[in-house]
Amino acid sequence: MEVFKHDQAIVGFMKNAKKVGFLSVTLVVISLGLLFTKGLNFGIDFAGGTVVQLQYTGKAPIKKVRDILANSSEYGEATVNFFGSDSEIAIRTKQTSKAVKGGIKEKIVALIKDTGDFTVRGVDMVGPAVGDELKSQGLQAMFYSILGILLYISFRFEWRFAIASVMALMHDVIIAMGALSLFQIDVNLPILAAILTILGYSLNDTVIVFDRIREGIRTLKSTKLEEVIDESVTRTLSRTTLTSLTTFFVVLTLYLFGGEALNGFSFTLLIGVVVGTYSSIFVASPILMWLNFSIDEFRASEATKLKREKEREKQRAMYEQGTI
Amino acid sequence: MGNLNYRVVVFIFAFLFGVVFSIPSLTQSADDTNTTGKKITLGLDLQGGLHMLLSVKTEVALESKLKSIGTTVKYILEKNKIAYEKLKFEDGKVSFTLLDPNDVTTVDGLLAENFKGVLVEKSDLLYAMRLSPELIETTKTHAIDQAVETIRNRLNMYGLAEPTVAKQGKTKILVEVPGIKTAEDEDRIKGLISKAAHLQMMAVDEDRANRIYGMSDAEAKQYGDVILLDVADNRTKYLLRSVPILDGSMLTDAQVAYEKDTQRPMITFSLNGRGSKIFADFTNEAQKTKARMAVVLDNEVYTAPRVQTRIGGGRVQITGDFTPQEAHDVAIALRSGALLAPVQSEEERNVGPTLGADNIKASSIALIIGFLSVIVFMVIYYGMAGVISNVALVANLFLILAVMSLFGATLTLPGMAGIVLTVGMAVDANVIINERIRELLHEGASITKSIEQGYNNAFTAIWDANVTTLIAAVVLFQFGTGPIKGFALTISIGILASMLTAILGTHGIYQWLTPKIDKNRLGFWFGIKTKGAK
Repeated sequence: MEVFKHDQAIVGFMKNAKKVGFLSVTLVVISLGLLFTKGLNFGIDFAGGTVVQLQYTGKAPIKKVRDILANSSEYGEATVNFFGSDSEIAIRTKQTSKAVKGGIKEKIVALIKDTGDFTVRGVDMVGPAVGDELKSQGLQAMFYSILGILLYISFRFEWRFAIASVMALMHDVIIAMGALSLFQIDVNLPILAAILTILGYSLNDTVIVFDRIREGIRTLKSTKLEEVIDESVTRTLSRTTLTSLTTFFVVLTLYLFGGEALNGFSFTLLIGVVVGTYSSIFVASPILMWLNFSIDEFRASEATKLKREKEREKQRAMYEQGTI
Repeated sequence: MGNLNYRVVVFIFAFLFGVVFSIPSLTQSADDTNTTGKKITLGLDLQGGLHMLLSVKTEVALESKLKSIGTTVKYILEKNKIAYEKLKFEDGKVSFTLLDPNDVTTVDGLLAENFKGVLVEKSDLLYAMRLSPELIETTKTHAIDQAVETIRNRLNMYGLAEPTVAKQGKTKILVEVPGIKTAEDEDRIKGLISKAAHLQMMAVDEDRANRIYGMSDAEAKQYGDVILLDVADNRTKYLLRSVPILDGSMLTDAQVAYEKDTQRPMITFSLNGRGSKIFADFTNEAQKTKARMAVVLDNEVYTAPRVQTRIGGGRVQITGDFTPQEAHDVAIALRSGALLAPVQSEEERNVGPTLGADNIKASSIALIIGFLSVIVFMVIYYGMAGVISNVALVANLFLILAVMSLFGATLTLPGMAGIVLTVGMAVDANVIINERIRELLHEGASITKSIEQGYNNAFTAIWDANVTTLIAAVVLFQFGTGPIKGFALTISIGILASMLTAILGTHGIYQWLTPKIDKNRLGFWFGIKTKGAK
């Protein structure tokens, strides 16, 4: 089976780069706007707090639980929601307790013990200090991985490729975070993992397109960057679509069947896969163009690199023969 | 079969390696006790259990360090028959005043000899001793290390399956206890973790005891005393000398015993030589005035009998309203030693066994469906080339499991997600390769050339893409904790495994099969329609 023919006409991506760029900029601006106004809904992993998950035999008397907590002196601000099914509820409060024994779970359970027959399925309590540490760890992780990537791509390609790929990557991460803000999804540890996965995935996609462009620069006759990019992106179109589709399906099954615990994680990834695919085609390459990447320069530097290597080999050969 | 090459051999070897070493993990069941072969441990989010991150109130350790300095000072001065007064402990220092100026040189010598790292300030006959910064630092570190050791001992004595107690970072303690089934178990375990088990024998300040009900804590402090409550009845108060006679560090054993008449549980413990000596001396003094001595556990008075005779031999007992289980747990706590400082909960994650089982079920279903749909898709789209990719994919999955088993790695929920994701990304390498081969076939290259050239062309892309993702994963592993680490680990292993299976492995299989590939059946072999192949 083939979706894209091998003689697929070259698509003029770069002609439309401005229009698409406009769309990207709009999305990024909207996302940033959301992040600054609505903000992220940090879950307890980052903000600190306690979640108690209960399962009732039969339908959970959620209203009763809400009333009891609302009238209690300590847990007035707690929220109660169904969790996964209508027999399970999650009680969330911003409070934490330093006590190892007799913490918040025990107190809440004591308060609502008459609401029906329930078992505690799980408790998560994260102190505020831990949350802050996680935030800084997350940011550090983000910073160092971007730094590492910049260095690697500069080394393997050229600095403009590195800048372009990192910009595409930020584009993806910002839009994904915008979606998290829009839908007010609880940002917990798994979401951080998802964001960092998007980072890796988006990069993966971009690098593969860039690899083709690098190859195109070496092998194609044209010295016009626009043409080289168009041809290279067209050539990778089949791969990009296929991989994105398979990844999308895998993440979709995770979203549909992975259970409540992986819901936020897989949702974030779904957005990331879509945006990542889009950005590797429409965002990364135009940036390369706008950074005034010059094919002649690249070829010249490649040539000197090659020359230097040859010279070194020659010297080595001479050295081995004992002439130096 | 003449075309067997090193790539296929390596691949087959890797495949077998993967299968053999993942078997112990795949066949393990929930209450499996046979421990043959290294296995993947299921994270607490999958198997259920209690996870706690604790911090240590190190300032309390510093305080008790000072207190024990106070106790020792008292002991040394009395042993050397040196007259002193106003021995007290406040504001981070121990102070006392000598009565006889002639003792100054002797005392200076004794202090220098017995207290390393303690700063001594003198003004006239008033001595003030405080901890040096280095001693403060080592005391803090020691308090944390000791807490790790103590909690570990207690949980081991309690007899649960494989609890983990480890220092995390410089100041935190990670405690993981899998397989907690009931709320009562959970309660007792938390009790064991948090029980300071700080045992003190303290003298009752008989001179002022009759005034206690009108006395404030601040006033008591002025006299070098402290007010503590009775464990059973918190209206009963005791006025005690704040520098204890001796503490739990001189204890050698603690056991549960039962009172003869009532069969009520009590705890008996033995003191070491120095403790026995101090105890005998004290009781010898106290019996003259029939003074009281309080047994204090974690700042609660359990019993405060009048001393009738001198007690030698160093055997003491605590009675109280213990249930047998409480007595058992207190004895464990005393035996394993006191926590130098109390622990606090910074993070608690408690996953009930049913929740863990649900998590496994949900993520396994997602993994299986995702995996199957990718496999079916590859066959439909690429024909035999898809089958070859699938073989690599299966090998990849086994390899991930095998490597994780050998590391004894922990599989968490995000780790499961990581595997699912690796499946998606491992396919990518094969998609790139297959697309490249197809391109060359379309251009009319021979099958051998298409395969060789296709792998060549695809290689840099796959390599660079994988290395960049690997960089991100390694950074994540470095900075992440717990579940995030698991996620980064599975992805890293997955990437490395996919390089082996998807690049090297499939290449070998192609080379091995090349003689069999019919150039007229490219639809079957590569899923394309072309007439161009030579």
